[in-house]
Amino acid sequence: MSIVLFVGIVEVMTLISVRNLTKSYRIAKKSPGLVGTIKHLVARKTIVIEAVKSLDFQIEQGEIVGFIGPNGAGKTTTLKMLCGLIHPTGGDVLVGGFEPRLRDTEFLHKIALIMGQKQQLIWDLPPIDTLKVNAAVYGLSNSEANRRIKELGDMLQLEEELTRPVRKLSLGERMKAELLASLLHRPSILFLDEPTLGLDLNAQIRVREFLINYNKIYGATILLSSHYMSDITSLCSRVLVIDKGTIYYDGSLEDLTRRLSPYRGVKIKFSKPYLKNEFTGFGQVIEYSEYFAQILIKRSELTSKLYQLLKSFSVIDLEVSDPPIEELIGEFYQEIKTS
Amino acid sequence: MIKSISIIFRTLRIFWATSLAGEVEYRLNLFVECFSVIGNLSGSLFVLYMFYSNGKYLGGWNWNSSLVVLGFYYLLEGFTIILLQPNLTRIVRHIQQGSLDFILLKPIDSQFWLSSRMISPWGIPSLLAGLILIARGIYMSVHTMSISSILAALTMLISSLAILYSLWFLIATTSIWFVKIWNANEVLRSVLVAGRYPISAYPEVVRAIFTFILPVAFLTTIPAETLLGKSYISWMSSSIMIALILFLTSRAFWKYALRFYTSASS
Repeated sequence: MSIVLFVGIVEVMTLISVRNLTKSYRIAKKSPGLVGTIKHLVARKTIVIEAVKSLDFQIEQGEIVGFIGPNGAGKTTTLKMLCGLIHPTGGDVLVGGFEPRLRDTEFLHKIALIMGQKQQLIWDLPPIDTLKVNAAVYGLSNSEANRRIKELGDMLQLEEELTRPVRKLSLGERMKAELLASLLHRPSILFLDEPTLGLDLNAQIRVREFLINYNKIYGATILLSSHYMSDITSLCSRVLVIDKGTIYYDGSLEDLTRRLSPYRGVKIKFSKPYLKNEFTGFGQVIEYSEYFAQILIKRSELTSKLYQLLKSFSVIDLEVSDPPIEELIGEFYQEIKTS
Repeated sequence: MIKSISIIFRTLRIFWATSLAGEVEYRLNLFVECFSVIGNLSGSLFVLYMFYSNGKYLGGWNWNSSLVVLGFYYLLEGFTIILLQPNLTRIVRHIQQGSLDFILLKPIDSQFWLSSRMISPWGIPSLLAGLILIARGIYMSVHTMSISSILAALTMLISSLAILYSLWFLIATTSIWFVKIWNANEVLRSVLVAGRYPISAYPEVVRAIFTFILPVAFLTTIPAETLLGKSYISWMSSSIMIALILFLTSRAFWKYALRFYTSASS
């Protein structure tokens, strides 16, 4: 009797592959004032700006990757090169098997770029008119377009907003309509450039929930840049930290947090008073009063130290927290700048 | 192929429906445009009349045949207001504001989108004025016309529209490099104004410029001559050739220019 062993193989497919990607611009350099202007007219001086320097990364199918870095780090330029809007100066880019700069029709059917600060909706008309234009351009039949508008509209909780002039919509409603317009052709690769920019907290949450659902339902791959760390923490399992056109970190957000902050803060309230020196050996006491202490404890020793604390003191309340991620990332940017 | 053609036609229909929906908000424009055409036409007719009142011939053209040239000028003017101006003047804005990004990301020819997205009905008075002038000029000078000369004149008209469009698009394309380009609209329009009168009415040097450097002669005079049965086959074929070359150049130049598009920063 033979035993047949089935081994399930999950094939991981690289969808975005970037090798040695560079982009440099030649820009005019002009001294201030009238004299500077005249000099500039006669002898034009230009300098070369390296917006992106030798980027290397790969993104697998279905991943949601956060692209973070300070302003002017090269995030938008990279996203635009991945969409084929900007031609790279050097290096290789493959997105879904296509070279983006050639803007192949099939490639354009696969991708979408959503920008928080720019919109494609026709300002004077309701969003439904932009949707009709997009349906025609992507060759969707009326019935198919209507079905998708209903489906995505439900996910985004958009109804009568679609028939109100765009100029009468709130920023949050406009962003949701913009998402619908950009995703009508059901792209499998999404590039998002600060999609929650300027939105209130509720609208930000809606957009994030929608993106998670879209990723789950359609298996879409998402590369997202944002200055809001909540976007990154709630959406991305992996982050790329970029500055001055170079990648400084590629990995999970937890690992980055752990690397940046090896300690966790523990706040403890006691039912009776204790002396400060009684906490020696637990970690660095950064705040103390008779009935309260805040101690920084090494992540690796957290469980054992907490156990000892609870055993040795009469604790009435205990809170373990991480330093705010914004602060950590901000410090990391500073570290990069000084490196 | 058939699918792409049907996509193009469906897109065009929706482009123009949405564009007209936006335009009808400004109904007063129709009156403004009618007054503008009447004022403009009276001025042009007055200048022509001043020439012909002494019984002179303008470069070999009599009063009635000059009306045909003026008629073709108004047809081009109408076409400019309906299609060229609303679309091609926007190219600079698309580049300045970065909204060209959205057009380039669509799976449709970007030159087609940029050239046909908008339509404005306010050029209809000019088109009507052009047709009336041509009809009157023809009726008074040759009385009857053959189908072949009408078809030939139509071909010449299409060539002249293609020449005007291609020149305008070529200039607009340069805004990829010089984002704040001088107003291409004004430059081309002032060139087009020279086409109100028969090209032979101008001094020889100007005539040479208007034929070989700025092809004004091909815009109005050649179509009018063709309709009046006065044109030579060599001029007609030159017109078609120039139109084709300029159109293909405009496409190649646009594709080349996109390599330098930097997309407005966020």
